[in-house]
Amino acid sequence: MSNRTIMIGLAFTALASAVAFMTLGVKAPWSFVLPFRGEKLAALMLVAVAVSTSTVLFQTITFNRILTPAIMGFDALYILLMTSAVFFFGGQGLLHFPPMAVFVITSIALSLAGLGLFGTLLRRSGVDLLRMVLTGIIFGVLFRSLTSFLQRMIDPNEFSVIQVVSYARFNSIDTEILWVALPVTLVALMAVWRLHRRLDVIALGDAMAANLGETSQRLQLQVLFLVGLLVSVSTAFVGPVVFLGLLIASLTHVLLRSPYHRVLLPAAGLVSITVLVGGQTILERVLSYGTPLAVVIDVIGGVVFLVLVIRGMSK
Amino acid sequence: MRYALGLLTLCVLATISIFIGVIDLTQEIDALAVILVSRIPRTLAVIIAGSGLAIAGSIMQMLVRNRFVEPMTAGTGQGAALGILLAVLVFPDASVIAKMVIASLAALCASFIFLAIVRKIPPTQPLLVPLVGLIYGGLIGAAVTFIAYQADLLQYLDVWLNGEFSGVLQGRYELLWIAAAVALFSYFIADQFSILGMGEAISVNLGLNYQQVMAMGLLTVSIVSALTVVTVGAIPFVGLVVPNIVSRLYGDNLRNTLPLMAIWGAGAVLVSDILGRLLRYPFEIPAGTMFGILGTLLFLYLLYAPQRHISDPR
Repeated sequence: MSNRTIMIGLAFTALASAVAFMTLGVKAPWSFVLPFRGEKLAALMLVAVAVSTSTVLFQTITFNRILTPAIMGFDALYILLMTSAVFFFGGQGLLHFPPMAVFVITSIALSLAGLGLFGTLLRRSGVDLLRMVLTGIIFGVLFRSLTSFLQRMIDPNEFSVIQVVSYARFNSIDTEILWVALPVTLVALMAVWRLHRRLDVIALGDAMAANLGETSQRLQLQVLFLVGLLVSVSTAFVGPVVFLGLLIASLTHVLLRSPYHRVLLPAAGLVSITVLVGGQTILERVLSYGTPLAVVIDVIGGVVFLVLVIRGMSK
Repeated sequence: MRYALGLLTLCVLATISIFIGVIDLTQEIDALAVILVSRIPRTLAVIIAGSGLAIAGSIMQMLVRNRFVEPMTAGTGQGAALGILLAVLVFPDASVIAKMVIASLAALCASFIFLAIVRKIPPTQPLLVPLVGLIYGGLIGAAVTFIAYQADLLQYLDVWLNGEFSGVLQGRYELLWIAAAVALFSYFIADQFSILGMGEAISVNLGLNYQQVMAMGLLTVSIVSALTVVTVGAIPFVGLVVPNIVSRLYGDNLRNTLPLMAIWGAGAVLVSDILGRLLRYPFEIPAGTMFGILGTLLFLYLLYAPQRHISDPR
């Protein structure tokens, strides 16, 4: 099949899952259901695109198909930053700020922290992929431990402010920040889209990119900053889902054999929407499970990860 | 000398641990009862769990021949949690001992599968083993969460997956003594584990019953992990960090180093527990969380520090 056919097919499945999400199992008047579910759908789609784009970008700048921002502990870092904010400024103090300001400040803080931490790491050990993955996972554990440490130090009343972000959830999405996250995501996506040709170039490797007149390192840092923004969007909405990005990126690479970001980025977005919205519809409406989709995705994604790693290494 | 210094430190820490708590012993009329029912059992539980986990970690490292694995993060601990969860769900009326047996069996199965996966990994990729272990443990953990969520048992899960000692009282921790006995037993075959760590060919060549020692190692690791998970909860990274540091300082002859690992493991967890009790007095921070921070930092250091070893020429 040509890429065009596949793209049309993906667009169709994404649309079908969105329609199913909106219309299945409606028990209330449509005038209530449509806006209510519409907001959730918008949030889910935003998350889907943020996760897929950040993962594809991250994989491009690290030259591999196993690393994702979530595996490297980006999500956990976001929650740690949120918790530290509550710890140092107090939950009440934080509530005085408009949620928009809190979100934007945390996103930028995450981007900068990500730059500092992973920027040096990416450049330092470059070749030794396994050591980096291991470091990322350990960072994740460290960030989670620090978070739960700070949470214990926080006044229980203030704890409720962060409790919501600490767990992955899809069925109770906080739509309040939708109007903040939407412009942030759109700006980030536009910035990414402007870079797509240059991304194709750095994906060829440092030497080739330099030969073609592209300074990889600066672009890598810019991309890392954008990844930070996108990760904060997805984590703010649904919390940490470690293997979602990996699952989507791997599926996209299986479906489409294209090195071009012009194709990869939208395709990954569509796959992501299908997986998230479709998965949520099936789990919530068809199987009527209470289990969070995140758990299911993490189990499936974890298996994919194991297979990818073992197969990649025993070549 | 090195034993004496370690034991002395441990005694000091244990004494501190006994005299820290919400109840002021000088004001309390029945101070002795507080010490006997709560403080001493808690201190003992910390010591047994810490030393048991360090020993289990070092044995597991010999079994898979990799320095960066340990039972609590490579599936054994999660397997034990899965076992006890299933035991609570399927046989709610079974005795505590029966539930323990089920948890140990599940831990054994989980470690066995991990070992089978590790065998497929080429020896040229040493870092792949801990990575696969972490993901494998995470997978079992996710499955446990899934079941617990469906059965409305998430609260219990928190008790098993996050190690802490605030609930330890006389009569509630005694199962740990079985773990202590098993760990002690491993000392008597420590030299066989050392040989096992040299690989199958050398082990057989030296006249070791490879399969039998392997099975005994797996059993030790599983029982110690399962008992720890069920009585006080999982404490990750103790079994990884402590054996690595001890082996860098004193070498790999387990017969000599196993007691040191027990002392250091107990000391490390005791420090975490004491810190956890003091930092937010009168509330507590779980020892597992405290060690999660200390342990990961130490692990990162071990991962990036130059590999210097006692046997290297300096």
